[in-house]
Amino acid sequence: MRIGVFVCWCGSNIAKTVDVEAVAEAAKSFPGVVYATDYKYMCSEPGQNMVAEAIKEHNLDRVVIASCSPRLHEPTFQRCIGAAGLNPYMVEMANIREQCSWVHERTPETTEKAIELTRMAVAKVARNVPLFQNDIGITKRALVIGGGVAGIQAALDIADAGHPVVLVERTPSIGGRMAQYDKTFPTLDCAACILTPKMVDCASHPLIDIWAYSEVEEVNGFVGNFDVKIRKKATCVDPKLCTGCGLCLEKCIVKDVPSEFDEGMGLRRAIYSPFPQAVPNKPVIDREHCRIFNGGKCGVCQKVCPTGAISYDTVDEVVEEKFGAIVVSTGFELWDHSALGNYGYGKYPDVISSIQFERIMNASGPTEGHIVRPSDGKTPKSIAFISCVGSRDDEHGHAYCSKVCCMYNAKQALLVKDKLHDVETYVFYMDIRANGKGYEEFVKRTIEDYGANYIRGRISKIYPDGDQMVVKGADTLLGKAVEVRADLVVLATAMQPQHDAKDLARKLGISTDQYNWFSEAHPKLKPVEVLTDGIYLAGACQYPKDIPDTVAQASGAASKAIGLFSKDAIKSEPMIAYIYEDTCVGCGLCVDVCPFTAIELVEVVDKERSTRDNQVVKTVARINEGVCKGCGTCSAACRSLSARLRGFEGSGILAQIDALADMVKIKK
Amino acid sequence: MTSSSGEWRKRTQSAPLFEKGLETKRPSHWEEAWIQTPLSLRERVGVRVKNKDYRMNYAYFPGCSLESTAKEFHNSTTLVASALGIELAEIPDWNCCGATSAHNLDHELSISLPARNLGIAERMGMDVIAPCAACYNRMRSAEVELKVNRALRDDINSKLEKKFTGAITVKSALEVFTQPEVLAAVSEHIRKPLTGLKPACYYGCLLVRPPKVMGFDDAEDPKSLDEAMKTVGAEPIDWYFKIECCGASFGISKSEIVAKLVGDIISNAKAHGANCIVTACPLCMTNLEMRQAAASKLRGEDLSMPIFFFTELLGLALEAPGIKKCFASHLIDVNPALDLIGKEPVADGAAV
Repeated sequence: MRIGVFVCWCGSNIAKTVDVEAVAEAAKSFPGVVYATDYKYMCSEPGQNMVAEAIKEHNLDRVVIASCSPRLHEPTFQRCIGAAGLNPYMVEMANIREQCSWVHERTPETTEKAIELTRMAVAKVARNVPLFQNDIGITKRALVIGGGVAGIQAALDIADAGHPVVLVERTPSIGGRMAQYDKTFPTLDCAACILTPKMVDCASHPLIDIWAYSEVEEVNGFVGNFDVKIRKKATCVDPKLCTGCGLCLEKCIVKDVPSEFDEGMGLRRAIYSPFPQAVPNKPVIDREHCRIFNGGKCGVCQKVCPTGAISYDTVDEVVEEKFGAIVVSTGFELWDHSALGNYGYGKYPDVISSIQFERIMNASGPTEGHIVRPSDGKTPKSIAFISCVGSRDDEHGHAYCSKVCCMYNAKQALLVKDKLHDVETYVFYMDIRANGKGYEEFVKRTIEDYGANYIRGRISKIYPDGDQMVVKGADTLLGKAVEVRADLVVLATAMQPQHDAKDLARKLGISTDQYNWFSEAHPKLKPVEVLTDGIYLAGACQYPKDIPDTVAQASGAASKAIGLFSKDAIKSEPMIAYIYEDTCVGCGLCVDVCPFTAIELVEVVDKERSTRDNQVVKTVARINEGVCKGCGTCSAACRSLSARLRGFEGSGILAQIDALADMVKIKK
Repeated sequence: MTSSSGEWRKRTQSAPLFEKGLETKRPSHWEEAWIQTPLSLRERVGVRVKNKDYRMNYAYFPGCSLESTAKEFHNSTTLVASALGIELAEIPDWNCCGATSAHNLDHELSISLPARNLGIAERMGMDVIAPCAACYNRMRSAEVELKVNRALRDDINSKLEKKFTGAITVKSALEVFTQPEVLAAVSEHIRKPLTGLKPACYYGCLLVRPPKVMGFDDAEDPKSLDEAMKTVGAEPIDWYFKIECCGASFGISKSEIVAKLVGDIISNAKAHGANCIVTACPLCMTNLEMRQAAASKLRGEDLSMPIFFFTELLGLALEAPGIKKCFASHLIDVNPALDLIGKEPVADGAAV
């Protein structure tokens, strides 16, 4: 055994507090060490060359790098010694920076600790065995969860690159939030006019399958090889026969269901299509409200359907499909302002949320674009827009900024003035956050050309007086109390994660932050990846985003998936768990503790007890190598030492502890 | 002993703040004797509630206002407590709660002053009832801070003879009398339902805020007072100025501000059909009564409105002996409201 030890100064990061030369000197006396040296930056090109040359010159077969945490540079040195002809797994890193030099003063004990850490790494590397990567095949087909503008963009990009895509959407139509909007800031493009062509492209793309009214039920497998169970909810409408003529919608006798698409501002039928441009344009029956499913007699839609597409006895169908990559684009929902007592707990009909106002303004909305108050249908003469309702408010809502409200407030204040010339608009704001291309100019236009009264201050109370709402608050620029009488109050409610985001995160095995937004792998350098390979994020399921940011991230997620599909196989990580079946008793403890559900119990022939005539079967655990992440939980839990982790075998760990004990003994 | 959980009570959240293993010390001999002679008994013997399924006694903190401008709040509180069998023992040798100047000038002083009272009460082994909203607010703030801030508690305790360890809590009169079991006893013993009375229940700012400290009722739309009024047969109105500011101490320095605010409050109550306002705060009472004339002048409308402490109305419904003497010290004639009681209102809302 010929071990080389390389002690890094990390500039002054380590050398300032640790006597690196003494560490290198001490290392020369460790068992098996034939060469030890120190250098200013071991990870630099000259540093790596030094390691490679030392391997050749001194015929080293194992290497210890005493430097930083293995998190960043272990792969660097694995590549380095791999290029020098060793097995990449014959390197160990002694972390004398984060765990030593950064947390201690310059004292002799600090150097002593660095020597001990290096000694332990030497003990471990002496027991390392070569490990090898395997090739794993890839299913070149993507799953996109959520059919809003993010999902649509990602699906189109992946499909345009030649890979099949399944776009799963939980509502009856794709389009998502953007389909609800009237116009988009800052260009005032009609949202539907720019979105519906993309929806149609999706529907007509030969490589895209849209599974509307479906939800992801279960996700198994790993990058390149996901097995996903998808529940296709029963719609009662045969999509092959339905022509989307809309006769059933007209004749349905249940007419008073609040429309989800209109945010409760309009009504829909029990058989419905959320909006006229829906894709796929096939209605579904809402079983909660349909008479047939509530003990009543009806069947009108079935009678009127010219193609006989409707049958009431369809059931949910769960299909299992294989995918290589998953794009998560489940979007957001809006904070419910009925939590705010000082704004009336949602009791006042003329205090509405911005998305409701968006529907009122929309030409295809419940009022056909006429701006009227929900309470009495009158045209408002004054409208107050209130920002940060539930945003930047950790007392009642969320601590974060929802990012887009400043802009849509300005947009709504502008558009309403465009439609009703004699309306007075007030926008109450904390700060105007208009940081996007053309955004600041847009807000300025609303204030200067469209005469919106921008008042800096929070609203303390809203209450009705006569048929108006009194909006009380402070003008923090003037330092005075303000009171505005408004016919309609529009609350810019916070964006928040979908109520079941946590469930989906659990199914996918990805993590969420404190608010339940999905966590990206790195906030700056890996904004579309998550820590689980092969799953990518797009849009507002990660954090509040406007449409340009959402579309950009969707294309980013798509390009990651396309990049994955450009390879025929991926390399597997060899540092994963394995089961030593001879001693495994099949207790199943590892199955319970595995956070990645990578272990299952299987029956195998018990070689010890079986004879030629009598085969004895026993239960043992088995690791799914594609799923295992090498966390080591199973080997820590295993009572018979049968669950083991490659690269972290018990012998190596114990040798490290022994080495430390020896050092301590010598000191005493 | 006094634990109960009203549906609005969220105070259980602060329970873990109690220090474990620190039990209330036994009261000294003279304190024992004092406790055994409740104030309610010393003052007068009222109708005692029979078969009540609770036993409650509180260390009573009157504070300066209940000794002076709000004497009727003191009287009605003790009368109602006596009628309901809730025993009140005045905290011996109590001192100023620190409102309103201390917490603006010296944070430690504003905690130390109530801490001394809390220390004495803890030695008495009882939770504190502080009817005055300002006293309640100061004492409750001190209680919460002392339970959380160990360093400050140790520091203040080192100067106190009777230490506050966090074994007791402070309640307002509203909180005590609106506990479900007390309200049940009230409804059982009503002698004169207050039908025909349409009070606007006015909470003011201090009773329920800041919500994290008070932990009582809904800070934006409190309902406990409304609940109590419903229990005694009155019909509290739904209005929007329940928790609006009355102007507080500006009543002395800038009374025009108070006139405006009082005008807003009474006008809104009137607009929603109230025939009286009921409050639980001495300062609100003072402002609402004293500034009615100025408010009427300012708004150019008649804003005369009888104002009650809620305990007076509870006492009226229970026919606590001597309760009517409380009304003598009101600045605004309460008879227009008292005359409505028992008379069925006609359709347009006026009494027959």
